Amino acid sequence: MVLLDVQNLRTYFNTRAGKVKAVDDVSFQLEKGDALGLAGESGCGKTTTALTIMRLLPFNAEVLSGRVLLNDVDLITIDDKGLREEIRMKQMSMVFQGAMNALNPVFRVGEQIKQGILIHEDITKEAAWERVRELFDLVGINPDRAREYPHEFSGGMKQRVIIAMALSCNPNLVIADEPVTALDVIVQAQILELIRNLRENLGLSMIMITHDLSVIADTCNKTAIMYAGKIVEMADSIAIFKQPEHPYTQGLIANFPSIIGEKKKFIPIFGSPPNLISPPNGCRFHPRCPYVKEVCRKEEPEVVEVERGHFVACHLMK
Amino acid sequence: MSSDEIAVRVRNLKKWFPVRTGILEDLISRKKRYVKAVDGISFDIKKRQIYGLAGESGCGKTTTGRVILRLLEPTSGKVQLGDLDVFSLTKRELKFYRRRAQIIFQDPYQSLNPKMNIFDFISEPLKVHNLGNEEEQVIDVLNKVELVPPEEFFYRFPHELSGGQRQRVAIARAIIMNPEFIVADEPVSMLDVSIRSSILKLMFKLRDEMDISYLYITHDLATTRQVCDKIAIMYLGKFVEEAKTEELLSNPLHPYSQALISAVPIPDPTARKSKITITGEIPNPIDLPPGCSFSSRCPYAKEICRKEEPNLVEVGNNHRVACHLRL
Amino acid sequence: MQKNKIKGYARSIRKFWEQYKESKLGIIGLFTLLFFILVSTFPEVLAPYPVGVLQGDRKNLLQPPSSKYLLGTDELGRDILSILIHGGRISLLIGLFATLIIAFIGTFIGVSAGYFGGKTEELLMRLTDVFLVIPGLPLMIVMASLLGANFFNMILVIGITGWTGTARVLRAQVLSLKEMPFIESTRAIGASDARIIVWHILPNVLPLIVAQAVLRIGGSILSAATLSFLGLGDSTKISWGMTLSYAFGIGSIFNDYYWYIIPPGVCITLIVLSFTFIGYALDGIVNPRIRER
Repeated sequence: MVLLDVQNLRTYFNTRAGKVKAVDDVSFQLEKGDALGLAGESGCGKTTTALTIMRLLPFNAEVLSGRVLLNDVDLITIDDKGLREEIRMKQMSMVFQGAMNALNPVFRVGEQIKQGILIHEDITKEAAWERVRELFDLVGINPDRAREYPHEFSGGMKQRVIIAMALSCNPNLVIADEPVTALDVIVQAQILELIRNLRENLGLSMIMITHDLSVIADTCNKTAIMYAGKIVEMADSIAIFKQPEHPYTQGLIANFPSIIGEKKKFIPIFGSPPNLISPPNGCRFHPRCPYVKEVCRKEEPEVVEVERGHFVACHLMK
Repeated sequence: MSSDEIAVRVRNLKKWFPVRTGILEDLISRKKRYVKAVDGISFDIKKRQIYGLAGESGCGKTTTGRVILRLLEPTSGKVQLGDLDVFSLTKRELKFYRRRAQIIFQDPYQSLNPKMNIFDFISEPLKVHNLGNEEEQVIDVLNKVELVPPEEFFYRFPHELSGGQRQRVAIARAIIMNPEFIVADEPVSMLDVSIRSSILKLMFKLRDEMDISYLYITHDLATTRQVCDKIAIMYLGKFVEEAKTEELLSNPLHPYSQALISAVPIPDPTARKSKITITGEIPNPIDLPPGCSFSSRCPYAKEICRKEEPNLVEVGNNHRVACHLRL
Repeated sequence: MQKNKIKGYARSIRKFWEQYKESKLGIIGLFTLLFFILVSTFPEVLAPYPVGVLQGDRKNLLQPPSSKYLLGTDELGRDILSILIHGGRISLLIGLFATLIIAFIGTFIGVSAGYFGGKTEELLMRLTDVFLVIPGLPLMIVMASLLGANFFNMILVIGITGWTGTARVLRAQVLSLKEMPFIESTRAIGASDARIIVWHILPNVLPLIVAQAVLRIGGSILSAATLSFLGLGDSTKISWGMTLSYAFGIGSIFNDYYWYIIPPGVCITLIVLSFTFIGYALDGIVNPRIRER
């Protein structure tokens, strides 16, 4: 069953230097229970995509076209009230990058979560606090610590609190933007294991945005690779990592070091990411592609389903 | 790739930071409290070797790099670069040391003076040491770091360059005086993945062309595999294990090394998932209990671990471990 | 090679102007200021009537505005418009020189405190606190009375009492600048403190110094006008503050000599506002904003 259907999303930023085409015709579907990893380097548009879905774009951003259907409700056109009361927290919540700084330092952490619950659910304060304690248990923190203040928690613990907050109203979908980037390796592993367990136990659907391919391989069963505002490849994670078709994906996977297994050689991807105000004609990756052909310079590639569930946007796929 | 000659010798290096608790407490309590950021480490870096120093935040790896370069004054210990005894250099000799040992930083966006053009920034070491003929040498290093054509970059400012280009400028500045040793502090962690390889490749090239040894500081164990000949893992200011990279990563002996390695996720969905084998978090580095500093989290901890500190001992094959249970 | 160097700087200046242009207030302020500067540079040419003390029109004392005297006359029969045209120069000059002193002292103290830290910082910050604690205007009045009221003393007095804000702001920025890797890198290549301060710290705080200075000029002009109004200004030179003082002295408020007492105040306000707007625009550019990646 399709939980989230993103169709032809276009989000541009109006800047002094021109219109930045941050997200340029992005489409994908998320099935219930899936964890989709949205991967790409800085500036590829992954965070902007998430912010568009959550309607948290900055003032100079403009959604030019597209639909984001969450259970058949279009998140782009729904009014603010509906978004606040029905969608946010209850159907969909977000864990931000550096979320440990999202906690208000002058309130007890349990209070902050409780407030969020009370806004969205019609239950008593006592029931809400009970749920807070349950949530702490769920994310692996001693429930008695709900009375403490943010500064009494370490980075990893704060991230757990944020995850608890994101789950507080039982959403169907959680969007996590670089949830473990700022954490040390061991704490990161603890949070990744937590995420895996939560998905298994709660049947949570998730979109995980990160530049770290190993984190995606660790937690997501589907992967989409973004480049210069477009999705260039999307498939089951195993297919992406074992049989990458798009040259950019191949380059990324080849360059991503692994602590075990075959030692990777340095095969740098020539060039650098394009200017999104005036991106290259045709396929946006063509200036850097080792297999570039004439058609790549002129026409934008269409999305081809090379195998069931494996989509690639590349002229070479024909 | 590395020869057998030793470039840098570090013996019993310590750097303790006094803890300022407040005027009253300092007056009352007689015992001074310290954060023992680096607490007695010894190792050798061979010529043309890339020696990796790995660990989590707060383990002391960054401080080690700074102290070896005397950007921070040591508490005790000895560092030798070739024939120079680094800690007993006079002010004038220290300035000369700076020509032979340099540093590259993590953040390419803050490593360059935003108000200085590239030419001035790269040639500054030459000005400081009166090494003349700036234009020629700047062209030379810009070619070496593959920023071509060099003249195009002379009068640009940092904000006009990409992250990868800025890092190359930082490297150019570091090599212009032909150093024999460079401390690289997380040089690629803030760069995009597709750029990292090219910077690391550059570092290799310079190692080959200029005979440079590197101390490669990082928290990313997966990268050490591609970059480092030998690595040491630090925990709370001490070495817990040291070996050739492949050896340590495939056969870790210390429980902390094992925990670190199993915690690193693999970019392969069919491989094992990241596993946690220890509990808790890094303890407060002030007032550590006696014994092995890792004992509070170690799944195998015994009585002796809580009483006596283990020494870093060689267990064969140039593999050193600091653990009572591995002997 | 030199040509490219100049091109490099030209690019930076152009970029700066692009950003400045965006601030409407900044443009208004800039043009207002340019207007005042222009008028104050050629007062003899622009003023319709002479302003000597003995050159008043004795038949037309304290006349309201008319077609002959656009802003009326003062108690000596002098054309007030001409007086105002002459009066701008003093305000601008005092503002400029006093601010130079403020910028100099403030930078020296702020940068030394921030860079060297330790006891130096303690000492300098306590000194700043002393000057902060003493109320500015009374201090100025006392100093002006002691030293005597003339052009140079006014500049001195305003300068010596006005540097504290600048010192604090600069120290704060130097403290954060000090931690940046490029400073550490410069130490790592063996540069001396002097080199670091001159080539790395100062160029990076210069925008802040300029923005601070521009804001302070407005304040200095106001202080100068205040001192003049209180009779502590240089009575040999025409200034808006002095004009206000005389206007007040002959009872313009009670006798409704509105043409005499309002215009000088308006001029002072306008020029201070113009500096404030410019400072505001500069602040928008200079302040640490989101880094462009």
